[in-house]
Amino acid sequence: MSDAKQYCTFFVADRFFGVDVTRVQEVIRYQEMTRVPLASSVISGLINLRGQIVTALDMRARLGLPPRPADQLPMNVVVRTADGAVSLLVDEIGDVVEVQDSSREGVPETLTARELIAGVCKLKDRLLLVLDTERAIADPIAGQPLAG
Amino acid sequence: MVAGDEEIFREFLVESTEGLDQLDRDFVALESNPGASERIGAIFRAIHSIKGTSGFLGLPKLEGLAHAGENVLSKLRDGDLSLTPAITSTLLSMVDGVRRLLKCVEATSNEGNEDFSQIIAELAKVTAPQVPQIGQVLISAGAVEPKELESALEQQKSEPNRKIGDILVARGSVKPQAIVEALHAQVEARAGISDTTIRVDVGLLDKLMNLVGELVLARNQILQLASQSKEPSFLGTSQRLNLLTTELQEGVMKTRMQPIGNVWSKFPRVVRDLAMTLGKQVRLEMIGEETDLDRTIIEAIKDPLTHIVRNSVDHGIEAPEVRLSHGKAATGRLLLRAYHEGGQVNIEISDDGGGIDPEKIRQKGIARGLITAERAARMGDRESLNLIFAPGFSTAEKVTSVSGRGVGMDVVKTNVEKIGGTVDVQSKAGHGTTLKIKIPLTLAIIPALVVTSHTERFAIPQVNLLELVRLEGEQLRAIEHIHGAPVYRLRGSILPLVYLNRTLGFPESESSDPKAVNIVVLQADDRQFGLVVDGVSDTEEIVVKPLGKELKGLSAFAGATIMGDGKVALILDVLGIAQRANVISEVRDRNMGEDAKKASAVEEEKRAVLLFRVREEGRMAIPLSMVARLEEFPRERLERASGRHVVQYRGKILPLIDLCKVIDGGSRDEHGPLQVVVYSEQGRSVGLVVDRILDIVEETIPAEHREARDGVLGSAVIAGKVTDLLDVHGVIRSTDPHFFERTTAA
Repeated sequence: MSDAKQYCTFFVADRFFGVDVTRVQEVIRYQEMTRVPLASSVISGLINLRGQIVTALDMRARLGLPPRPADQLPMNVVVRTADGAVSLLVDEIGDVVEVQDSSREGVPETLTARELIAGVCKLKDRLLLVLDTERAIADPIAGQPLAG
Repeated sequence: MVAGDEEIFREFLVESTEGLDQLDRDFVALESNPGASERIGAIFRAIHSIKGTSGFLGLPKLEGLAHAGENVLSKLRDGDLSLTPAITSTLLSMVDGVRRLLKCVEATSNEGNEDFSQIIAELAKVTAPQVPQIGQVLISAGAVEPKELESALEQQKSEPNRKIGDILVARGSVKPQAIVEALHAQVEARAGISDTTIRVDVGLLDKLMNLVGELVLARNQILQLASQSKEPSFLGTSQRLNLLTTELQEGVMKTRMQPIGNVWSKFPRVVRDLAMTLGKQVRLEMIGEETDLDRTIIEAIKDPLTHIVRNSVDHGIEAPEVRLSHGKAATGRLLLRAYHEGGQVNIEISDDGGGIDPEKIRQKGIARGLITAERAARMGDRESLNLIFAPGFSTAEKVTSVSGRGVGMDVVKTNVEKIGGTVDVQSKAGHGTTLKIKIPLTLAIIPALVVTSHTERFAIPQVNLLELVRLEGEQLRAIEHIHGAPVYRLRGSILPLVYLNRTLGFPESESSDPKAVNIVVLQADDRQFGLVVDGVSDTEEIVVKPLGKELKGLSAFAGATIMGDGKVALILDVLGIAQRANVISEVRDRNMGEDAKKASAVEEEKRAVLLFRVREEGRMAIPLSMVARLEEFPRERLERASGRHVVQYRGKILPLIDLCKVIDGGSRDEHGPLQVVVYSEQGRSVGLVVDRILDIVEETIPAEHREARDGVLGSAVIAGKVTDLLDVHGVIRSTDPHFFERTTAA
C-alpha cells in the first residue's frame, strides 16, 4: 500500500482532477453563499459550514477556465489547510480512486495553469490531474481586490 | 538583600518593634474591655503594616504569620467574631512569634528555621466558620421539633451506622424533601470553609467562550424561526432558550474577566524604580483596580499601559526642584483610574507634571518632517497634541534610556486600536497630562448594526456608530457636493458621505434617484463620516469570526458572522472603509488623528477659484475644478430652443443659464459679447452667462459658509473682498431639474 495513494476526484469544465483524499474534510452539495465585494473573482463567497465560516474558491476561475453555466450549481470539496477549511467549487464529484505512484508523471509543459498541478496520473481510461491544494488556495488570490 | 534597601529595612525593624510593644498593652486593655473597637482597629493596622512591609522586603514567613493574624483581627474588627480569652491567647502567641522573627531577622538578616505553622493553623481555626450540623439546619428551617431531634439522636446511639436524616424520615418526623434542602444548606455552609476558587485552564475557558458563541448563533436562528411560527409551546421554549443563553453568555464572559489591578500591580515597583533612577519623587495612586476586563484585552493593553506609565514618569513629572520652583509639591502624582462606561472600559493615566506644550509639539513635528510649517500654523492645540502618536516622534529634550526615543506612542495607539479602542490625550501646560484609553469589554461577541447594501447584509460594530440620519424627499437636497465629493451638513459641521455601494464596487442601479437616503454616522479614528446604505435593519449581538487568510488583504472587512437565518454576513471595518473611500487619506494622517472637520480635506486646502462678476456689484466665485472652459460668444449666435437660450458649440447645442436672472431675477443690458463659463459633466455641458471674468486665485475657502440663499452656497472673503460662492449644482438644477439625473444615468 505504501506506493499507492487515494485521490478524491472531481470535474472542472470536463477536466478530471484529484486531490489527496486525506486532505479532504468533506464533500457537500451546493451551499448558499455570501459574496465578498472587492475580492478577487476566484473567491465565490463565504459559506456557513455548521457554524464555521469557510471561503469558497471557484476552481474554474482559479484554473483560468470559462465560467460555469448559470443553471449548473457547483459542488463543494472542503479541504483542510493550515489555516482552517477552504471549499473548492467544482462542477461534479467523481469517485475516490487509488493510484499507484508508478503511474504518476510530471506535468506536461503545455498545460494551462500548470503551476497548480502537482502531477498527472495515467488511469486506465483517462488522465487524472493532481491538484496542488496548497498552491490552489494560496498566493495569487490573497487579498487582490479587483476594483483597485 | 539590595544594598539600597538597607535603610528601609532598619526603619522597618525599629517601627515594628515599637508597634509590638504597643500591641501588648492594647491586648491587655482589650481583655478588660472587649468592646473597645478602636483598640482592635489599632492592632489590626499595626499587624497589617507589618504584613505589608514584610511582603515588600521579601520576608515570606513573617508575612504569612502576620497575614493569618490579620485575618482574625479583621473579623474581630468587623464584628464577625467576638473576642474570647482563647482567641486572645492565640493572637498573643502570634504577636510573640512576630517578635521572635523580627529579632532573628535583626540578628542574622534572615528568618531562621522556626516553624510557625502551628500558630497559623490555630489562627485559621479561629476564623473558619463552623459547619452546622444537619439537625441544627433542620431546626432552624423549622422542619423538625427540637424534641423530635433529641429522641432521634438517642436512637442513633444504638444504631451508629444510620444517618440522622434516615432516622428522622423513618420516624416520620420530617419529609424527605426537607432533608434534601437541609443537606444543600449544609453544603453551602461548608463551601465557605474550603477555598471557593479553583484553577481552570485558560484554554478551556476560551473553548467555552467559543461554544457559547456558537450557542448564541444557534439561539439567533431559533428566534428567527420562532418569529415565523405559531406554535405557542415552541415560542415559549425559544424565549426561555433566549434568556438562558444570554445568562450563560454573561456567565462565561465573567469567567474570562480579570480585574485590571492584575496589570497594575506591577506599576508601583516600575514607578518607584524609575523615579529613583531619574531622581524624581512620584506618588502612584490607583482607582478602580477591581474593574473587570476580558483577559485577551488585559493581555493586549499590558504593554501599552506600561509604556504610558513610564512615559508619564519620564517625560511628564518634573524633577523635584523644578516642581518646587513652579510652586508645586516636590512629589509628583501619577493617577491610574479605570471605570466602566457605556459597555466600554475607560482607563485614564494622568500626571500633574509639566504638561505638553502644543507649540513645542508643532515645532518638533516640523523638525521631524511630520507636518509642514504651513500646516502647523493651521493646527489647533488639540490636534497638535495628537502628534505625539505619530510614528517617530519624541518630545523629551534629552533622550533617556528609560522611555527610549518616544517611538512607543504610535505603537501604543496601534495596539489599542487593534482591539477596537481609542486613545486620546489632553494636556494643560504646567498642570499635567491625561491619557484616556477607551476599550471594549470583550472582543468575541459584539453588538452590531445590520445594514443592507445592494441586497447584501453587512454588520457595523456598534462602537463605531454615532447616529442614524434618514433624509427623505426635499431633505435630499441637503446633500451637497464639494469638489465632486458628497457631503451633508450635520448640525453645522460638514460630514463627508461615503456610498457603501460605490465603495464596495457594486453596480449603481436603482440608487440614482433614491426616494430616501440612510446615513449611518460613523466614527473612524478621530473623524466622522456618513456611510450611505440602502437599508438599516436591526442591532444584533454578533459573534466575530475571522476571515480566512485568502481574504485577510481586504481591509474593508473586519471579519464575518453568521446571521439569524444561518447566512454569512461580513463585518465592516469602519477604519478600512474610511481609508478606502479616502475619508482618511493616508496612514500618516491616521496616526496624527486630525479633527473631524479636516475629514473634508478638500474644504481646508487651498483651491483655485474663478472670480467673476454678475452685474457691477455681484462678485462671485466657483471652484476652478468645476470649470470646463471659458468662452466668449458674439450675441448674434444666441438662439432659442424649447424656451431657453442656447448657442451652437463644438457641434452640439449648449444651453445657457443667465446667472443674472437666477441670482436676483433681473436681466442684463443687451450689448457686447457673452462671457460664458462652461460646466461639463459626463459629456453634457451647460454655459453660465456672467458679466465679466475677473481672475483666478488660490484661496482657502472656509468650511462654514453663511447666508446661503438661492444659487449661493454662502459668502467668503476671497482675495480680500467678500465674495459669494456660486452653487453651481443648485443653479443648474433650478433651470434644468433633470440635468444630473441624466448624466448619472448616461
